[in-house]
Amino acid sequence: MNRLLLNKFILILSTLSALVGLGFLFWILITLSYKGISSLHFTTFTKDLVEGGIRNLLVGQFTMALMASTIAIPIGMMAGIYLREYSSNGKLASIIRNLSDVMMSAPSIVIGVFVFAILVDPFRGYNGWAGIVALAIMMIPIIISTTDNMLSLVPKELREAGIALGGSKHKIILQIILKAAKVGITTGVLLSFARIIGETAPLLFTSANNQFFTMDLTEQFPSLTVSIYNLATYPDEASRELAWAASFVLTAIVLCINLLGRYIIRTKK
Amino acid sequence: MKNNNIIMDIKDFDFTYPGADEPSLKNINMPLKRNKITAMIGPSGCGKSTLLRAMNRIHDLYPGNTYKGEINLYSSDGTKQNILTLKKENDFIELRQKVGMIFQKPTPFPMSIFDNVAYGLKLSGIKDKTEIEKRVKEALKDAAVWKETKDRLKKSALGLSGGQQQRLCIARAVALKPEILLFDEPTSALDPISTGAIEELISQLKKEISVMIVTHNMQQASRLSDYTAFMYLGDLIEYDKTNNIFLNPAQKLTEDYITGRFG
Repeated sequence: MNRLLLNKFILILSTLSALVGLGFLFWILITLSYKGISSLHFTTFTKDLVEGGIRNLLVGQFTMALMASTIAIPIGMMAGIYLREYSSNGKLASIIRNLSDVMMSAPSIVIGVFVFAILVDPFRGYNGWAGIVALAIMMIPIIISTTDNMLSLVPKELREAGIALGGSKHKIILQIILKAAKVGITTGVLLSFARIIGETAPLLFTSANNQFFTMDLTEQFPSLTVSIYNLATYPDEASRELAWAASFVLTAIVLCINLLGRYIIRTKK
Repeated sequence: MKNNNIIMDIKDFDFTYPGADEPSLKNINMPLKRNKITAMIGPSGCGKSTLLRAMNRIHDLYPGNTYKGEINLYSSDGTKQNILTLKKENDFIELRQKVGMIFQKPTPFPMSIFDNVAYGLKLSGIKDKTEIEKRVKEALKDAAVWKETKDRLKKSALGLSGGQQQRLCIARAVALKPEILLFDEPTSALDPISTGAIEELISQLKKEISVMIVTHNMQQASRLSDYTAFMYLGDLIEYDKTNNIFLNPAQKLTEDYITGRFG
């Protein structure tokens, strides 16, 4: 068989495969932009769902994601610091690492069911706190693994240099090691935020949805993603248009957070 | 005081890493002279870095080591302390302020040049800002890196060249006014010009500070040091004035090593 011919064949095959993959991506983006932008109006952002807008949904989605982050970031980071800096890679550490990895790949609907059982069922019904907890549970293992990995990239000489200068271990970790890993950890946190802001399954039967504007976390809480899920199945044209608009806005938000993460890596490294 | 010219006295010292069957250092006896430069030479794995890292107890960062014997530190205030008996974190912190360490790879902290030097001072409990400023400036001058850094003290230390970073690390250690400075192959990651600058700096430092340096470079040991210790497989083979070690070694093994017959 002719070597050059085989080479060309493989090249063409792999180029085609790449084009197919990219093709679908652009198809999604173009359809989404086309349908999304055409259904998007200024009032989409100023009205609540009950009046055909997404204002309460955006506020609700961001509230839950931000609250989940304030729970998950400290817990995840401290667990990551424990794993890398304090556990000296013992048995307990490897168990926690494995469990955290399993949690990271756990289907999000399962997390939703779990939170339903502990925070929805025993109380009077769907509530914002349940949604927050479900999102936090999704976020914690991602932040543990990011923190753990980013700290592992800090050379051990830097820790030794700090200790050799008369620092105590916790001071060196807080003032030097975390600083050295700052860019990586920040990026990881941003990406995990981008991940949970687009989640539907953990919210579906925890915080469910709310047509009206509310900040009361003990009630059903408005959600952009759950609304998309609901609206898309409604028969009327207006609902489906709003679903397109909401999907477009959600995609834009996730894209922006991802780009910001990449920008931080590129400029600060 | 009879040990006035001794800064650190290592006596019948054994060291075993966690999980190891055999000690990595066996029965080391080495009195280090005050305000002198002592070099440790020997092939890789002979235990010279291990010994150096026992002298500020930085081994204790990783648990499970076994120490036997004594390492006595004779501070300039006249106190004597066996550093192997230390247990509390505060005692370690105090020890490491007296016994500084410079590593093979420069280890600037991810902060400004000024803050790098000020950091150790703040750790040691100095809060007065003008005092810190004064000591930072002094230290940078002492470490011969003031000229290059005086206009960029607020800039990140990571922007300095390797040689400048290493001198900054020395400044950081010198700022604490330690009794003794331990250098763990401080120039093996640097180019010849930076190496020259560091060597010049070390020989200046001995007026104020006692120095122990681990090196793979035998010319460096002979150029720089007053005393030389030759180690092999965890044993201290010979320890004498540098001239004697290089010109007239008592042991056959030492002679074979410095003439390049093995290692």
